[in-house]
Amino acid sequence: MADKILMKGNEAIGEAAILAGCRHYFGYPITPQSELPAYLAKRLPEVEGVFLQAESEIGAINMVYGAASTGARVMTSSSSPGVSLKQEGISYLAAAELPCVLVNVTRGGPGLGNIAPAQADYYQATRGGGHGDYRTLVFAPNSVQEMADLTIKAFDAADRFKSPVLILSDGVLGQMMEPVVLPDPVVFDPDTKEGTLTGKGSRKKRNLVTTIFLDADQLEEHNWHLYQKYQFVTDEFDHGSWKDYSCELHQTDDADIILVGYGIIARILKTVVEKCRKRGIKAGLIRPISLWPFPTRIISELSKKTKSMMVVEMSTGQMVDDVKLAVEGRIPVYFYGRTGGNIPSSFEILNEIDKIVRID
Amino acid sequence: MSTNVERIILAGFGGQGILFLGKVLAQVGMMSGKHVSWIPSYGPEMRGGTANCTVVISDNPIASPLVTVPDTVIAMNKPSVAKFATRIKAGGMLMYNSSLIERQDFRDDVRLVEIPASEIADDLGNPRVANLVMAGAYVKYSKILDFDLVIKALPTLVPSNKKEMSEINRTAFEKGFNYAKEKKYMFGRYVYSVFKGMGN
Repeated sequence: MADKILMKGNEAIGEAAILAGCRHYFGYPITPQSELPAYLAKRLPEVEGVFLQAESEIGAINMVYGAASTGARVMTSSSSPGVSLKQEGISYLAAAELPCVLVNVTRGGPGLGNIAPAQADYYQATRGGGHGDYRTLVFAPNSVQEMADLTIKAFDAADRFKSPVLILSDGVLGQMMEPVVLPDPVVFDPDTKEGTLTGKGSRKKRNLVTTIFLDADQLEEHNWHLYQKYQFVTDEFDHGSWKDYSCELHQTDDADIILVGYGIIARILKTVVEKCRKRGIKAGLIRPISLWPFPTRIISELSKKTKSMMVVEMSTGQMVDDVKLAVEGRIPVYFYGRTGGNIPSSFEILNEIDKIVRID
Repeated sequence: MSTNVERIILAGFGGQGILFLGKVLAQVGMMSGKHVSWIPSYGPEMRGGTANCTVVISDNPIASPLVTVPDTVIAMNKPSVAKFATRIKAGGMLMYNSSLIERQDFRDDVRLVEIPASEIADDLGNPRVANLVMAGAYVKYSKILDFDLVIKALPTLVPSNKKEMSEINRTAFEKGFNYAKEKKYMFGRYVYSVFKGMGN
């Protein structure tokens, strides 16, 4: 086995991107993700890559569009307010079906907010924060190891589904150090991609990457094409080759109450499950790894076996909507949230569970 | 240690090397085959105020790396004691830099360990290695990390532009370890109220 290295989450994403064959990064600094561009500024030139600090987030995301058009593996990263600025570009990338990896190391919002960790960008991430009928695949790592592993998978998914893939992390995961076993390097050849802009060369027709469809029927056809692709992606995560990346289940088989949380919250909830079990409360945990496509099917099935669910987020309640849609009113879905950069402790979550268990 | 997990909060002034001290413990924990995590405070308070970090060292995979009730608090300055010491688990340990923090009345359910870390570091000619004096004392008291492993790890953790620090880091670590060897800890039999006036 390869050696373990103590690394920050932000740095692990950077190194994993290089191992995935990414040689192009465009970004603009913002706390709490700046270790990622700092790391790549040092590392990319060592592997003959391009690191470019753009004049703004808007500049950076459009550079991503350019690089992705040529078939290159490309990444940008930011934190909440910066990701808001990139939304127009993300809509364009989704419309043009350009693969790329985006990273949001989320901080407290709305507005300028603060630099502490938060999960309040869930709606923006999973609904597509830009305009138009599109989706973005969203991975939510919960450890530094997963920051690395899911970065590699994000590049794979981006190429596989011709789509931007977002890694939704938060300030704690970005700043935290944990041991990492770095994944094996990926062999990636941009020339194997079709439809990329590499010069017309001997081809009869020039390739075109565009998002403008002035004719209504043409745009409708394009939108239904995207829709079908998103259905296919959902199937792949539900039953297909990506189902291991849909969600993690922990002690759900006999659970009376199932907790649902992603990212750093899922780590806290694991501790809560342990403490519940010691007290005789049969608790379990669903941890969505992919936030879009959402593990709707699994949550729906489990809602037929358990008595209640409780969603915990570092927001006033966003993912809870998706859980309720999956549960379809079969059982009560409770919510507990902290915001503004506060992280709920296992003790306060236990208090909430005590109230629910008494109600039930 | 009764359980197989050690949760530590380390705190002090920015510049006292708190984050580095935490990194040393996490790195050596990892090298001992344990699961570790390290979370820094990265808020605006880093600039000029207190810096702190949280380290967990565990035999089992770490569920939550966040710590509300630490087993150990290592405090390098007064505000850190005020901020974190009341949270320590019963039977836990408060290790503090007695060069900057006078002896205080405190809970009687926590081990108190006084280490004159800044004085020992001054004697070595560099006040900035007080963090490694503390590391030495911590390794001695906690018994979860191996002395030789720290000696092995230290040079690898020093950034390449500070290589000249390797020697004095090692000496400071040994001094802290030896100081702790000769000194018995005490159980605080004091009252929390005295701490209350100390806020930052």
